[in-house]
Amino acid sequence: MSMKELRLMKGNEAFAEAAIRAGADGYFGYPITPQSEVMEYLMAEKPHERTGMIVLQAESEVAAINMVYGGASCGKRVMTSSSSPGMSLKQEGISYIAGAELPCVILNAVRGGPGLGTIQPSQSDYFQSTKGGGHGDYRLIVLAPSSVQEMADFAPLAFDLAFKYRNPVLILSDGAIGQMMEKVELQEQRPRFTEEEIRKNTPWATMGKTPDRERNIITSLNLDSHVQEEHNIHLQAKYREIEKNETRWETIQCDDAEYILVAYGTSARLSQKAVDIARAKGIKLGLLRPITLFPFPTQPIAELANRVKGILSVEMSAGQMVEDVRLAVGDKVKVAHFGRMGGIIPSPPEIVEALESKLIGG
Amino acid sequence: MTEEILIAGFGGQGVLSMGKILAYSGVMGNKEVSWMPSYGPEMRGGTANVTVIISDERISSPILSSYDTAIILNQQSMDKFEASVKPGGILIYDPNGITRHPSRKDINIYSIDAADEAAKMGMTKVFNMIILGGFLKIKPVVQPEFIHKGLEKSLPARHHNMIPENETAIEKGKDIIKPVFLLN
Amino acid sequence: MDTISKEDIRKPENIVYKRTELLTDKVMSYCPGCGHGTAHRIIMEVLEEMGIQDKTIGIAPVGCSVLAYEFMNIDMQQAAHGRAPALATAVKRLNPDKFVFTYQGDGDLAAIGTAETIHACNRGENIVIIFINNGIYGMTGGQMAPTTLEGMKSSTSPYGRDIKSMGNPIKMTELVAQLPGTIYVTRQAVHTPANVRKAKKAVRKAFENQKLNKGLSFVEIVSNCNSGWKMTPNQANQWMVDNMFPFYPLGDIKVNED
Repeated sequence: MSMKELRLMKGNEAFAEAAIRAGADGYFGYPITPQSEVMEYLMAEKPHERTGMIVLQAESEVAAINMVYGGASCGKRVMTSSSSPGMSLKQEGISYIAGAELPCVILNAVRGGPGLGTIQPSQSDYFQSTKGGGHGDYRLIVLAPSSVQEMADFAPLAFDLAFKYRNPVLILSDGAIGQMMEKVELQEQRPRFTEEEIRKNTPWATMGKTPDRERNIITSLNLDSHVQEEHNIHLQAKYREIEKNETRWETIQCDDAEYILVAYGTSARLSQKAVDIARAKGIKLGLLRPITLFPFPTQPIAELANRVKGILSVEMSAGQMVEDVRLAVGDKVKVAHFGRMGGIIPSPPEIVEALESKLIGG
Repeated sequence: MTEEILIAGFGGQGVLSMGKILAYSGVMGNKEVSWMPSYGPEMRGGTANVTVIISDERISSPILSSYDTAIILNQQSMDKFEASVKPGGILIYDPNGITRHPSRKDINIYSIDAADEAAKMGMTKVFNMIILGGFLKIKPVVQPEFIHKGLEKSLPARHHNMIPENETAIEKGKDIIKPVFLLN
Repeated sequence: MDTISKEDIRKPENIVYKRTELLTDKVMSYCPGCGHGTAHRIIMEVLEEMGIQDKTIGIAPVGCSVLAYEFMNIDMQQAAHGRAPALATAVKRLNPDKFVFTYQGDGDLAAIGTAETIHACNRGENIVIIFINNGIYGMTGGQMAPTTLEGMKSSTSPYGRDIKSMGNPIKMTELVAQLPGTIYVTRQAVHTPANVRKAKKAVRKAFENQKLNKGLSFVEIVSNCNSGWKMTPNQANQWMVDNMFPFYPLGDIKVNED
């Protein structure tokens, strides 16, 4: 039997299965549409019998993220998942986790808001996800999967990045990516950390003060403002390091392109089809798909802006990522936004029409 | 080869599971596939639909507004999706319960009396497999051996004893699908 | 007469009492007369006596004891306000062989963290919750707590707590005693040596329960807040005896020996 395995899975299920295989120690969540499949899959799969991973349904999103905080403080691979209204509740805990510099993985299957909104796919949590989200100066590493395969691949990647930088990693998905099925190749099971590995590799973890070391304290509190500012400077330096090392993106048919779409996640899939439609009509269109939203692929967009006639940011929002696209492009070429809101998914022909009316004709 | 298929009907007709078997068969045949269930306002009113794409190449959008083939299993879906078939494409429908038949003259139209046939066979549950058989007759996008593997993969183990009945139903569907209107 | 030198006094055979090694040398930030210091000491003494300090993780709250980790010489986590039981839940479930306790005040445990408290108790997490109840928000400057007594003055109830408009003081300890997940629920105080001994026994019992995987032990310590109550330490202790104890009576509320 080969170690890798091919399956047809929903994105949410693929993420859950991949998390088990990534050696996750614990999942803590609270049901909310459209991501409840994650916990349902985990509960049905009994990962405790497979790897020792624990799964717990918490009393609220607030409790769930604080369970993640507690588990992460022990150097464990811990995770949670939610959707937009639940993510608002989690922001307090995420801010503490970012402040205390703990690794964890969070999935947000974005739905249209504000408020209770709709359960349908949306990308209206871009600002919240990429600019911090809770209180204080901090950033999450944000991965934007656009396929079921990436939902699976990003689980181990997210854990690895989280531990590499001692920083929470957010996987920004939606109900379309989460509930569609595609072919997925699953990685082989990797072991969970042993206590010896935790004590060696994450010496800051609170696993009990042994006589050979000072006590470990996990806190985000610095009553002395000078100490807090030092900590802020350290965090900012870390974010710059992340920007330097971890910016990920994909370009599709950009080599000869005269116009560029910038789109992530579900919108990137729609935009890929739009590229085909446009090219059939003789429009030289390409797509730049940010894979990380923080760090944002500013440099590649800036370089493309030197040789194209216009850039259309395609998002299922009122226009949030377009601000980062504009920052990258400056006044080199015209940047426009096209998006649908409230859980409406734009059709690929609509995207081409928007391109024609806002950039080519406009 | 890329085949973009819409299957639309009532919840309970096995629309989603038929799509899943088709998609899994594609996986077994080493194709790229996507299976995208109803989304948006279309989920209302007890209707269920799924977009299945089977391709030799990387699939761009799993969400589409026009289809190579639409398999339509109730009147609401007929009203909504007849216009979504690409010109030159295929519409397959079960006339049972259809009050307004498809009328386009730029697509190929087939009918399949699957509900009647399933009742005759005394196995209403294989309705969707009869439909699948009809589709595969017209569009053999996956080979029969992969359909068998697709059934094995997508049905839970406790239902594997039902695979022969499902395969019989697929064969029946191939027999009974008939053209209603064909382009030259 | 021979004089006894300091060195003689410090000889191991002459030592009759010493501070536990599990308290740091850091000068405590608590007001003179406050019960927190004594509560810290008895917990640390219990850990030391049980020899479990190298596998104990404590969770500090938000409130006066937010800096508990400065004084407790063990691995500690500092939780968001009210969330300590959620942290403790995960720490214990991920590390069943460790000892885990939370240390929470009344605002933390009985107001903002009520949900986390109730559900950790109801799930019967195998942890120890230490609840310091002084009927006031000490750290933020003496505002009304959920446990503030009727008629009791605070900066946000300057004319005394009016039950009609401000609600009733809440007895969290009696409340969690009703939940099947709690194994041992008790209310203690640390204002006299006798009470300190009793409270320490209760803390010991709570950690022994955890050692035996029995479930959740909940130890309330009714304490004073002479600063917040605007009294001298002695006045505060007397006021506590006269007013707090009648409403929050000391003693075991639930002892499940199964």
